[in-house]
Amino acid sequence: MKVLRLVAVGWWLQLKNRSRSSFDGLLSILYPLFFATTIFFLYRQNGDEAALVSAAVGASLMGVWSAVSTSASTTLQGERRQGTLELLVAAPTPFSLVILPATVSMATIGLWSFVVTLLWGRFAFGIPISFDQPLVFVIAAVVMTFSLGLVGFLQAMASVRYRAAWALGTLFEFPVWLVCGFLVPLSSLPDWVTPIAYLLPPTWGVSAVRAAAFGGSPWRDIALCLGTGAIYAAIGVALSRRLVDSARGNATLALT
Amino acid sequence: MPVIEVDQLARSYRSGSRFSRAARTEVKAVRGISFEVERGELFGLLGPNGAGKTTTIKMLITLLLPTGGSARVLGYDVVADPREVRRRIGYVFGGDKGLYERLSGYDNLRYFAELYGVPPRDQRPRIAELLDLVGLTGKEGQRVEGYSRGMRQRLHIARGLLHKPDVLFLDEPSIGIDPVGARELRETVAALVSTGTTVLLTTHYMFEADELCDRIAVIAGGAIIAEGTPEQLKSRVADGHVVEIEVFDGVDDRIDAVRAIEGVTSVGVESSDRSQLLVVRTAAAAQVTPAVLAALEGRSLGRVATREPTLEDAYVELVRDA
Repeated sequence: MKVLRLVAVGWWLQLKNRSRSSFDGLLSILYPLFFATTIFFLYRQNGDEAALVSAAVGASLMGVWSAVSTSASTTLQGERRQGTLELLVAAPTPFSLVILPATVSMATIGLWSFVVTLLWGRFAFGIPISFDQPLVFVIAAVVMTFSLGLVGFLQAMASVRYRAAWALGTLFEFPVWLVCGFLVPLSSLPDWVTPIAYLLPPTWGVSAVRAAAFGGSPWRDIALCLGTGAIYAAIGVALSRRLVDSARGNATLALT
Repeated sequence: MPVIEVDQLARSYRSGSRFSRAARTEVKAVRGISFEVERGELFGLLGPNGAGKTTTIKMLITLLLPTGGSARVLGYDVVADPREVRRRIGYVFGGDKGLYERLSGYDNLRYFAELYGVPPRDQRPRIAELLDLVGLTGKEGQRVEGYSRGMRQRLHIARGLLHKPDVLFLDEPSIGIDPVGARELRETVAALVSTGTTVLLTTHYMFEADELCDRIAVIAGGAIIAEGTPEQLKSRVADGHVVEIEVFDGVDDRIDAVRAIEGVTSVGVESSDRSQLLVVRTAAAAQVTPAVLAALEGRSLGRVATREPTLEDAYVELVRDA
């Protein structure tokens, strides 16, 4: 109960902190919209409406991953710059319980861009999206968001120890869009990509959201999305103590 | 039992290339220091920039691992039992950083109250009590980005006290705040000590250390060069006098001549917009004033005064000799 409260308060206050910059808020919507618009134009040329609708869902989910992959790595650098990282480490709460709500809050901001991109597709491009199972669709989107937050958590842990690890987020952003089937079905990619895709929670998340939107059964994919996300979180928790101790040894908690 | 026990504590930093051993350098920031702080004591660490004060504090609050020696806070080893140490200590540093700018002062305190394990039902009254203590009641709803430097510093103090720590570490807490704010801060710190909180303070301001500290350690080049009460430290130069002479048209070219006068132990210059103040420290009973005035012949002089040494004089003497 105590841990749940800690995570909930941490998530809410971090979300409040992150969502108060109108500039950042605008960017978190405009940036995925730019990519989504390009994709809508490309698929509309093709004339395949089913592919367009599927791409619309995938393009909308890209924003969630972008919000996590870029922010999770840069956020600890930001905490380091504003002098709060040392205070977070100096708190008696296990560091993993401090960082986890922060990365889930980033994914939550991505959820906002997901909704806006869906609406953009509907009203600017006339993409007809009707949800077969609206409630399950929402559950799948929320599970995917949470699960991506768990992946971000592992990324964030790495940047506690290594000041330059913030660059990893940008490195992972585009390949995951491609490998996890956000835009192109996995079956269209080379066979060697499939095992890699299966290890990544976004693959199962995208599949679950699509299934919920278009009438399939998303429950297996929802479970796999949550399960793979939990593995990333477990790795993050297992490494957290070692990484923080290493940061204490190598004096990388502060900028100076 | 001492609340803080530091034994031969050392910390080195490596810099340079990871790949070339030849290009790697090691900087010894703290070189085997030892001291103890008793319960309810206000202990000061004084030293110039880069002396090792902040590195020492960061080892004691478990943010840095020592590379040598050991330290215990309230009986817990800072390396082996960091969580036990963290539960019982507070840490406040000076400057603008260390707060969430876009959150209100209240939300900042609420967040850290949660992280420091303040029970939910105690959080609201505890935050109200601390806001009152630091004079921020009524301002807690404003975002921190709109706070003045003094307000931020007071919020820092409140944050550091949320979980009622037994030991409070203050790292240059009055840096950059106005004289009124600094005085209020000193009053707050003195009130905390009177309630039994042990405080370890680093500061550049000698009058602050003189007014607050029960004992002081002077640190320079990573080593403790003197330790004692402010009176004991002052007594090291108490046999001498300080002659201050205000010079309006430059004194830099005469410093060597003044320094060469028999009985002069050190010479310093403090510059202001209109003039320079030549500060001459002399040995016991030395009547050097006429000789110094002779060395300044031809210069436009203002106030000439002789006074007893202060803690700052003792500090300058100690650091100069280190």
